[in-house]
Amino acid sequence: MAKVRISGLHKRYGGFHAVRGIDLDIPDGEFTVLVGPSGCGKSTLLRTIAGLEEISEGTIEIGDEVVNDFRPRDRDVAMVFQDYALYPHMNVARNIGFGLKARKMPQPEIDARVNAAAQMLGITKLLDRLPRQLSGGQRQRVAIGRAIVRNPRIFLFDEPLSNLDAQLRDEMRGEIKRLHQEIATTMIYVTHDQIEAMTLADRIVLMRDGVIEQQGAPLELFERPVSTFVAGFLGSPRMSFVPGTLVLDGGRAAVRLGDTVLPVPPGRETRGASDGKQVLLGLRPEHLSRAMQEAVPPGHFRYQATIDLLQPTGSRSYATFQLGGEPVVAELHAHDVSRPGERIDLDINMTRASIFDRETQRAL
Amino acid sequence: MAAVRPARRPRRSAVPLLRFLLLGFFLLFVLWPLYWMFNTSVKPSDDYLAMPPVWFPDAPTLVHYWAAMFTYRGLEGLINSLIVSLSATALSALLGTLMAYSLARYNTGGQHLSFWVLSQRFLPPIGIILPVFLIYRQIGLYDTHIGLIIAYTVFTLPVSVWMMFAYFRGMPRSMEEAALVDGCTRWEAFWRVAVPLAAPGIVAAAVFAFIACWTEFFFALLLTSRTAFTLPTVFRAFVGFQGAQYGEAAALAIVSLVPSIALGILAQKHLVRGLTLGAVRG
Repeated sequence: MAKVRISGLHKRYGGFHAVRGIDLDIPDGEFTVLVGPSGCGKSTLLRTIAGLEEISEGTIEIGDEVVNDFRPRDRDVAMVFQDYALYPHMNVARNIGFGLKARKMPQPEIDARVNAAAQMLGITKLLDRLPRQLSGGQRQRVAIGRAIVRNPRIFLFDEPLSNLDAQLRDEMRGEIKRLHQEIATTMIYVTHDQIEAMTLADRIVLMRDGVIEQQGAPLELFERPVSTFVAGFLGSPRMSFVPGTLVLDGGRAAVRLGDTVLPVPPGRETRGASDGKQVLLGLRPEHLSRAMQEAVPPGHFRYQATIDLLQPTGSRSYATFQLGGEPVVAELHAHDVSRPGERIDLDINMTRASIFDRETQRAL
Repeated sequence: MAAVRPARRPRRSAVPLLRFLLLGFFLLFVLWPLYWMFNTSVKPSDDYLAMPPVWFPDAPTLVHYWAAMFTYRGLEGLINSLIVSLSATALSALLGTLMAYSLARYNTGGQHLSFWVLSQRFLPPIGIILPVFLIYRQIGLYDTHIGLIIAYTVFTLPVSVWMMFAYFRGMPRSMEEAALVDGCTRWEAFWRVAVPLAAPGIVAAAVFAFIACWTEFFFALLLTSRTAFTLPTVFRAFVGFQGAQYGEAAALAIVSLVPSIALGILAQKHLVRGLTLGAVRG
C-alpha cells in the first residue's frame, strides 16, 4: 500500500507531446480512475507509473521514493492489461505464480499464495488449464490473480474490461470494486468508459489532450463540471447544451433562450459574468421532470414542451424536445409521455443546471 | 426434376475421382525420380541404362553405398556437412533471434535497417566469393569447418532475421511488459516469455537455414578442399574420366536426403505455425 505523487509530468514521443504537465496526488488506498477520450494520455500516464515508458520531465513518487529511474520490477506495482497478456505457454497456476518465481520465492510458498488468490477469484478449478482454454472473463480473472498474488503496493489497470461483452463487463466491474473493498490497496484504473469511471472511482481524473481537465469525486464532476467537455463526457444520455444570453437585472440573474427567460435561482453564482454574456445552458436529462402539481417547485422553471422523439428504455423514457432552437433530452417516467407530438409541461431544475461561458466553454 | 437427379449422381463421384487422379499424378511426379534414384542405388552397374529399363533389380546390392561412403569419402563429407550445417544453423537461429528482437522491439537502426538486412540476400554469391576466398586463404580459414560455418551463418542470417522480425513484430508487447512488471529484467522477459512464444518462428527459420546450408554447393566448392569438404561437393567425383558413377551418386543422394526428411518430420508442426508468421497465437 502506498500513495502516489506525480509532479510536473511530461511525456513526449519525438514531436508528439502526449502528457503535458500532470500534477496528481493519489492517497494511500484510493481507487482513482483516469478517464478520457482515446489519445488523451491516460494510458501513457499509467504506463509511466508502471515504468514501461520513460518520462520526459517531472517526478513520480510511490510511497516516499522517487521512482523515475526505477525499473518496472523495482517499483512493486502490478498491472492488468487490456489484452490480459497471459503467457500462452504456461498454465494458469504458472501464470499467476510467474511474478513470485521471478522474485525467487520458494515453491511451497508460491503454491500457497497461488491457491489463495485462485480461491479468492473462484478459479481454483482452472489452475491446470492453458490460457487458450479459458473464456474472456476467466482470462481476466487470471490476469487479476497474477496481480493480487504479489501483494503489490499499487494496482494498475489498463482498460481491463474493454474486451469483454456487456454483461460480463458489468459483472467484472462489480468484482473489481469488491476486490478493492477487500484488499484496500491503491488502485489506478484507466478507462474510456464513463460508467466504469463513475461506478468504480473514489476519485475520477478526467484527462483531455495530455492535461487533467478536472479531478474529484464522481458526483462532484457529474454535478459541478468545470467545462462543457467534462459535462458532455460524463452522463448518458449526455448533457444538452442550449446557447443563450445571460441577463443580469439588479441582483437577479437569468438565462435568455430566444423568447424564453429562465431565472437563475438566488445563491447560484455566476462568477462575475457580465450582462449580455453569451452562455450555454447545460441541462442533464434528469434535470427535467414532468410537472405534477399546479405550483412550480422552487428553483424550477416550467416549460411547455412538444415531444419530438421518444425513446423508452423500460423503467424510464428519454423524450427529446426543442428548447431555444436546440434539441434537449429529458428523462421521464415511462408513462409520463405516451407518443411523440404530445405537449406536456416540464419542470426544469435550474438549481442543478450548469451555465458555461460560450467562448471559453468553462463553467460560470 | 426427375431428370436432374440421375445427371447429378455421376458428377458427385467425378469430383473425388478427378481429385485422386490429380493427386496421384502429382505424387507420381514427385516420387518417381526418388524411386528411380533409390532403384539405381541398389542396381548392379550393368542395369543403369539397360533397355528395357530394370524396374527393380533381381539382385539388389549395397556395393554403391559402400563405395560412395568410403572410396569417395562420402562419410567424411556427411560428417563435415552435419558439423557445418548444424553449427551454422544454431548460430544463425541464435543471432537471428537476438537481432530480429532488437529490430522489432527497439526499432534498432530506424526504419531501414531491417530491410537492409534482407537486401544482403539479394547479392549473388559470385559477387563476393573471390574476395572471401582470398581473405580466407590469407587468415587461414580456407578449408576449415570454422571458415565454412562463418560463411554459412552470414549467408543464412538475412532470411532468419527477416522471418523472426516479422514474427516478433506480430507478437503483442504486453506479455513482455507484464513480465517486466512481474519482476523480470529485460533479458529475462526476452528468454522466459518472448523466446518461448516465438519458438515456432525460430524453428521455421532454423529449418530454412539448415536446408540452405545442407544443400549449399558454391561456397563449399570454393572455400574447402581436402579437409572440410561437404556432402554436395563429393558429387563432383562421380562424373570423371571413368564415366558417370550413377550408382554411387544415387546412393549418396539417398543418404543426403535422410537428415532433411527427418528434420521435416520433426519440425512439421512448428513449421506450419512458424510460416504463418505470428498470425496464429495460442
